[in-house]
Order: sequence, then structure tokens, then C-alpha cells
Amino acid sequence: MQIIHTDVLVIGGGLAGQRAAIGAKRRGHEVIVLSLVPAKRSHSAAAQGGMQASLGNCLGGAGDNEDIHFADTVRGSDWGADQEVVRMFAHTAPKAIRELAAWGVPWNRVAKGEREITVDAAKKTICEPDAAHGLITSRNFGGTEKWRACYVSDGTGHAMLYTMSNQAIAANIPVHERMEAIALIHADGRCHGAIVRNLMTGELLAYVASATCIATGGFGRIYRVSTNAIINEGMGAAIALETGVATLGNMEAIQFHPTGIFPAGILVTEGCRGDGGLLLDGKQHRFMPDYEPEKKELASRDVVSRRMEEHITAGQGAKSRFGEHLWLDIRLLGADHINNNLREVKEICQYFLGVDPVRELIPVRPAQHYSMGGVRTDASGQSPTLQGLFAAGEAACWDMHGFNRLGGNSVAETVVAGMIVGEAMADYCESEAGALNLSSALVDEFGRRERQRLADITDGGGRESAFELTRLMQETMTAQVGIFRDQGRLEQAVATLCELQQRSRNIGLRSNAPGANPELVAAYRLQRMLKLAQCVAYGALLRTESRGAHYRADFPRRDDLNWMRRTLASWPEQDAELPVLDYEALDIMRMELPPGWRGYGARDYIEHPDTSARQQQIDTVLSELADADRHARQEALMPFRHLLPEHLRGNNQRLGDES
Amino acid sequence: MNQIPVHQAGRTLRIQVLRHNPRDPASVPQLQTFELEEADSMTLFIALNEIRERQDPSLQFDFVCRAGICGSCGMIINGRPGLACRTLTRDLPDNIVLAPLPAFELIGDLSVNTGKWMRGMSERLETWVHTQGLEQLDVDAIEEAMEPALAEQIYELERCIECGCCVAACGTARMREDFVGAVGLNQITRFRLDPRDERTDAEFYELVGDESGVFGCMTLLGCEDMCPKDLPLATQIAFLRRRMAAAV
Ligand SMILES: Cc1cc2nc3c(=O)[nH]c(=O)nc-3n(C[C@H](O)[C@H](O)[C@H](O)COP(=O)(O)OP(=O)(O)OC[C@H]3O[C@@H](n4cnc5c(N)ncnc54)[C@H](O)[C@@H]3O)c2cc1C
Ligand code: SF4
Ligand code: SF4
Ligand code: FES
Repeated sequence: MQIIHTDVLVIGGGLAGQRAAIGAKRRGHEVIVLSLVPAKRSHSAAAQGGMQASLGNCLGGAGDNEDIHFADTVRGSDWGADQEVVRMFAHTAPKAIRELAAWGVPWNRVAKGEREITVDAAKKTICEPDAAHGLITSRNFGGTEKWRACYVSDGTGHAMLYTMSNQAIAANIPVHERMEAIALIHADGRCHGAIVRNLMTGELLAYVASATCIATGGFGRIYRVSTNAIINEGMGAAIALETGVATLGNMEAIQFHPTGIFPAGILVTEGCRGDGGLLLDGKQHRFMPDYEPEKKELASRDVVSRRMEEHITAGQGAKSRFGEHLWLDIRLLGADHINNNLREVKEICQYFLGVDPVRELIPVRPAQHYSMGGVRTDASGQSPTLQGLFAAGEAACWDMHGFNRLGGNSVAETVVAGMIVGEAMADYCESEAGALNLSSALVDEFGRRERQRLADITDGGGRESAFELTRLMQETMTAQVGIFRDQGRLEQAVATLCELQQRSRNIGLRSNAPGANPELVAAYRLQRMLKLAQCVAYGALLRTESRGAHYRADFPRRDDLNWMRRTLASWPEQDAELPVLDYEALDIMRMELPPGWRGYGARDYIEHPDTSARQQQIDTVLSELADADRHARQEALMPFRHLLPEHLRGNNQRLGDES
Repeated sequence: MNQIPVHQAGRTLRIQVLRHNPRDPASVPQLQTFELEEADSMTLFIALNEIRERQDPSLQFDFVCRAGICGSCGMIINGRPGLACRTLTRDLPDNIVLAPLPAFELIGDLSVNTGKWMRGMSERLETWVHTQGLEQLDVDAIEEAMEPALAEQIYELERCIECGCCVAACGTARMREDFVGAVGLNQITRFRLDPRDERTDAEFYELVGDESGVFGCMTLLGCEDMCPKDLPLATQIAFLRRRMAAAV
């Protein structure tokens, strides 16, 4: 087996992986990036709507800052997030966007003077100030107090990923394309790289590294209907799980996006609603204000998706030959706006639905969209249980999203986390702990093990079809571990997944074509995806409360008393049926923003006694600092800057700052 | 929640795929025919997956986003390069012939190595903004202003998804292996337009001022007709030609 050595191995060529790679490379370390596909085709390219950063340049964003971004994100998470990490994130997001601006992203800019916007179904004229002319502008997104989603038309992720990839090429970072990590090499609580399969030749290789980073994106494809790319199968999270040592956090926290086009599930961006689009029912009645009088269409995604499904269940959906759905109406935005700011949306409607959104309604229904859970890390991005293993981006549970991610916070996270984790990996390589010492016997052993697992599939001669079992898994997840969950359905899902796990040991291949062999790929991925699916289903079964996107019809209230806890899944016994679930407490007494009402959705949560105790403490601290500036007040409640690399600690400048 | 329905519409499609597995010494390029019941809203993405799942598990092709935005699924569809994932079968006749994009290294069947070609093009044309001092950037400071209309113009050219359809459609690219294609020329105009890129016309001339660049183009415009993102390739190439001629 060929062995390739490098200081840093980054598994994943999306925004998170490439930014982390650039950071480590700048610090003088050798870096290799692996990717299933050419880096620019990673799913980050699909992000349409925007990237949140509190620049506050345009009128709708005026007065914005890190504090408001922090509070929106924590509320969005339904208090499931790690608040220190949210602070690190909100503080670094403006730096990330400014860096990308210098690197080449053509962010849309503020144009001074009057322009017409659509708010709450009415036209309104606003006047952008002269001073902001030419600075980065932003649009409205759900669950935020300010217009904070910076964008490049509706090709934000594409523009970001192209710029990032081009900078990685400029930095001379090799991307080994069509290479799939299928196992991590590890011993005694230390990760040493990965066993990798070449997806063109089928050959196995070993990549040995001091620091290894999982940046493999989400795992939406364990569901039947998902907005995710078909390569989002979660292999990165799965191989971390299979170490038996690394843990996955909050896997039950799955986001469903309100506007997947019906029935294909392709996304049309939240920017449609942010820019003034409406949701209509079968009678073309605008129903969201009936449920959410404050935020209407722009409540957080978990809330809007639930309201939509509720409305359909109440018999108010539009009927089509594929089933029921609702309508997204962006006609009121006008042809100009749609052709300029929502043109990817227009293309998608045109090609996949034969609909012209300038004149016609778009059929939509919620679809799986985002995985809040992933490889659990500490604030620097390292696994607390497996040294030398890092994670960044959607694959990680760094934990800034808790139980619901806000639109625009994900691409922002990828870049911010990349900036932080790249540095952390460089630090690690330079530390004593990072010295590479492993035996070639260990590498051989892992290589042999993986070769054997593949041989078990190719030579097993079983009768099950990998494609069929994959479909059954996906259907189970969509039908039983969806937006509305309850004990009965979840128990059934767990049982079905166990059964599929059994059957997956009995897969037989019909083709033994040399090379990558797509049927073999489907087979070995399925076995791993089933483990992830089980972490989601089983985690959801045991979490007897509703929080963010995790909604239990039989436990409809958020339960701070019993569930201020993050789920940690591990899989120590490879042949076990179920993961081992553990819980990590979220300490209210250390929170800057103790749990409360989100400002939308239900108000009936069960309070924890620490909440009022902590609120009192906060009030006392703040009353003593009445004259201090906002940074000092924040610092007194929950310091976070020490967790950031030194060059990222400075205050962000904004228009109108007093200097 | 959104679930994929199955609904049969009744037409039988004959899909012929040009197959070849270069890893298999016994493999010779040949057309293989598959028959398939057409379904409502069926795309070539759905059709090819169905063939792979039900009829021939060894069939190779590339899809990533299945939404027409990542550029993975370029192939020759009844003689024309296009994105398979957003091609609806109802827009095609009963008989569909699929072949891999020419001009790229074949991985197997419909899968070609566009990634390697595009990375080579990027390295050669240095498709990134060239600015001094990027590593010392002050990220706390307010960003440089840019005219809103200029930012939009740059994005217009940046919408390219490196799918390779323009290269597959281009006579020059098929004759000259080193030709950078409309995709490369378009990227040069994108960076030339960008004030953040400090390169001069003379430097751009160094990159594309010869037969492997803008003077290799025969302006037959196969590229613009085939570009799935409707990029204004003809205008860009003509513009670049004038500028480059002026730069000498
Ligand atoms: C349709 C859509 C629209 C979205 N819009 C927005 C938006 O407007 N704003 C926002 O903030 N967020 C948005 N998101 C979410 C956001 O785009 C993603 O969460 C984010 O881009 C993920 O980036 P990443 O770098 O973590 O992973 P990805 O970009 O998914 O990259 C993963 C990488 O890992 C590689 N990989 C995976 N497994 C392996 C393996 N085993 N071995 C080697 N390589 C591997 C892949 O090849 C790929 O390069 C959207 C998501 C979707 C699905
Ligand atoms: S210019 Fe058009 S056809 Fe050519 S690679 Fe880009 S998107 Fe594809
Ligand atoms: S116009 Fe030039 S680049 Fe386009 S197809 Fe013709 S020769 Fe190729
Ligand atoms: S699969 Fe992405 S463009 Fe077709």
C-alpha cells in the first residue's frame, strides 16, 4: 500500500476544508486536501442566499453588531449552542467576510440613494446613506433582528467557493480529487491520518499526518428528500464514529428547510422570503401571519417548517398529482429583482418545474436541509477524545447552531471555523503532542482491515442489494424521523435501522467491474450511513423534549430542567446494534444569555432554576458596569477572546464608530 | 414532509450510452442500449440512476448537486454538450444517445476528468486576484468600497461552473490540447475587470496572447451556444482579442 506523508491532512475540499488548509499552509506546514469531487464542485457551491456577518452597512443592517448576531444565533439554537463558541463566531464573521472581499468575492454592494423594497407584502422606498456607498450590503433572513446576510446575487456559495479554491491554488495546496477517506488511522487516543480509496482506480492508500481535519460537510442523504448534494453522505462523521473514540454531538438535530421545490427537493433560497416573498396555501391565502404574528414568513426555519406541515395537515395544502404542497410567491418582487438578485432561483424553477416565478407560483414543501450535529470538538476545533483529529464546517459539532441553525450562519461558520482550525492545527503540529510517531505496522493493520471489509462485500456473495437497502433507509428516515417525531415512530425507525444493519452485512454485488465500481461504493457507504442514521433516530428517541428542529409531538415543550444537555454518540463496539449515548451538560450559570423565549414559536418551555439565578447575577454585574462600553460589559459576563488566535482578537470597525 | 412520489407517465425511452472502462483491459468503447419507462418530471439524473440501480450497477457517471449549479454532469446529449441533471426527458425524443464529453480524460463511461483540466487551466492562467500584501491584510478594518454595478458585472462573469461544455463544443480545443478554451478566456476577462487584481494588460497578454489563448480561437462560437449559464462568451472573447492586440 502506498503511504503518503504530510503535516496536515484535510479531508474535504469545501469552504471549511480549504480555508483550514490555507491557514495551516501559511504557517509553513505541508498540507494535502482530499475531496470526493473537484473542490469547486463541493456542496458549498450550492449555498444561494447569503453569509451572515454583522457589518451593518446598509439601512436594514444599521446598528448591527456582534452582540445582536450573538443573541440571534443563541435564540435560533433554542439555547442548545455553546455560547462561547457563538461569541467566537459572531466576532470573527466580519473578519472572514472582509478577508474574502480582499481575496476576490464580488459581494453585492450598497448603492446610495433611494430604492424600492418589498416588506410585509407592501412596496416601500428607502434611502441608503452616501457614506455606505460601495460597502458590502446585506439582505433580510429568517430569525434575525437585522438585515445581516451578505450575498452575491443568489450565487453566494459559488462565488465564495471559487474564490477560496483559487486562493488555495495560488497557495499551491494540492487537492487530491476523487479520493475518499474510508477510515481513520488511530491508536491510544491519537489520530494519525486516514486510509483512502481512489475513486477512479479503486486502489487503497494511506495518508499519514500529524493533524487530520474532517471537513466533509453534511449527511443529508440519509434522508430520501433532501436539498443536499448526492455526495453528502456523511462519510467524514461516520469514520470518526467508527474510531469508537471520537464522539458525534447532537445528531438528532436535523434541519428541514421550508422551501424545497416540490417534489424534487431542490432548494430555493430563504432570500426569496427575506426579500419579501410570501407563503400561500391551497386557497392562495397568506397563512404565516395567522401562526406567527411577529415574524410571519421570517421566523426561524424550524418554526416555519412546522407551521407549514401543520397547515397541510389541517387540510389547507394545494393538491397536485404528486401530493400536497404549499406555494411560494415571489411575483410581488418584480421581474427586475428576480432577474438580478434571484436568478439561480429563476433557473431552477424554469428547468426543474417549467415555472416562471415572475408570473407563477412555486410549489414548495419542507425538505431535509442541514445537519447541526457532527464530530464533537472543543472551541479550537479538536476532538476532546481523539487527539490530532480536528473538524470544521457542517461536519463538525463545534456547536454554534445548537438545535437550529439560522440561514446564512453556515457558510459563515465554514470560513470562520476554517480560520480558527487552520491555526489550531498549525499550533498542534508545532507542539510536542503533535510530533508524528507511529509504526508502519499500525498503518498496515488499518490498511488490511479496510481491505478485508471491502473483500467481505465483494466476495461475500450475499443476496441483498445496496441500492435497495439505501432507499429503505432513506424512506425510513423521511417518514419516521422527520419534522414531527414521537415515540412510536422513532421506535419503529430504530428497529427498522437495526434490521437494515443486519441485512447490510449480507449485500451481494452484481458487478465486479475494475476501477471505482459504483455498486461497491454504494455498499460500503451504506454500512456507515446506517450508523449515522441510527445515531439520529436513537438520539431523537431518547430526547424526550422539543428543542429547535427536534420536535416531539409527545413532548412538545422545551425542557430546560432535564435537557440542557448535548447528546454525545459513540460506537465503541463495531458490531453493536446501537450507539452509546452520553450527555454533556450546558451550564446555565456560565451563559451570557440565559434561556428564555425565542421571540417566535411556542412560549411554553419548562424553566431551569439556574435561569433566574444567572439572570440576577448578570443584572448585578451589568449594573456595576453601567458606564462601561459594550465590549467591557460583554467581557465581564463571558470572556471569549482568549479562545481565539491572537490576530483575530481585535475589535471590528464599522461605519459611524467613534474613533 | 416532502417525499418523492412515483408516477408513471407511459413512454418507453431507449437510452444508448457510449460505454468504456479504461481500467478494464477487455473493455472496448461501444454503445449499450437501455430501455426505461419514462416518469413525470424525469431528468437524465433520475433516468441514469434508475438504470444503474435496476439494470447495470457498473455504469459510471458524475452527479453532485443535481440542481444545475456544480458543473459535474456535462455530457453529450443527442450530439450536444449539456448538463444532464437539468435535462428533462420530456424535452428529448424517444431515442436518447449519451456520450462522455470529448477533450477530457475519460474515467469511465460518462465520467470524465474535468477537474484535472480545470485545475491545470487555473494554474496556468493564475485565476486568482493578484494583490500585494494579502497575508498582512487588516481584517478589522472596513472593507474597500467597490461600485455596486462593477461588483455585479464581475459576478456575471464569475457564474461559470467549469462544466466543460464550451470546451467540448470547441473545434480549437479538440485540435490543440493546450488551448485554454472559452472557460479560460472568460476567467481572464473576469480578473481583468476586477480592480483588486493588480495585473497589467501586458501581464495578461503573457498568459493568453498566443495560439493557445485568444489567438487560437476561431470565433465559431460553439462555446456560447452551449454554455448552460448563458455567459456572454462571444463578447468577452472579442473584447479580449481587441485588448490583447492593443497590448503588444
Ligand atoms: C441547497 C443549499 C443551500 C444552502 N444555502 C446556504 C446559504 O445561503 N447560507 C448558508 O450559510 N448556508 C447555506 N447552506 C449550507 C452550507 O452551504 C453548507 O453547510 C456549507 O457550505 C458546508 O460547507 P463544508 O465546507 O462544511 O462542506 P462541503 O462544502 O459540503 O464540502 C465537503 C467536502 O468534503 C469532501 N468529502 C466528503 N466526504 C469525503 C471523504 N470521505 N473523503 C474525502 N473527501 C470527502 C467533499 O468532496 C467536499 O469537498 C446551504 C446548503 C444547501 C444544501
Ligand atoms: S463558460 Fe459556460 S460552458 Fe464553459 S465551463 Fe463555464 S459554465 Fe461551462
Ligand atoms: S469561439 Fe473560440 S473558444 Fe468558442 S468554440 Fe469557437 S474556437 Fe472555441
Ligand atoms: S450535477 Fe451539478 S450541475 Fe448537474
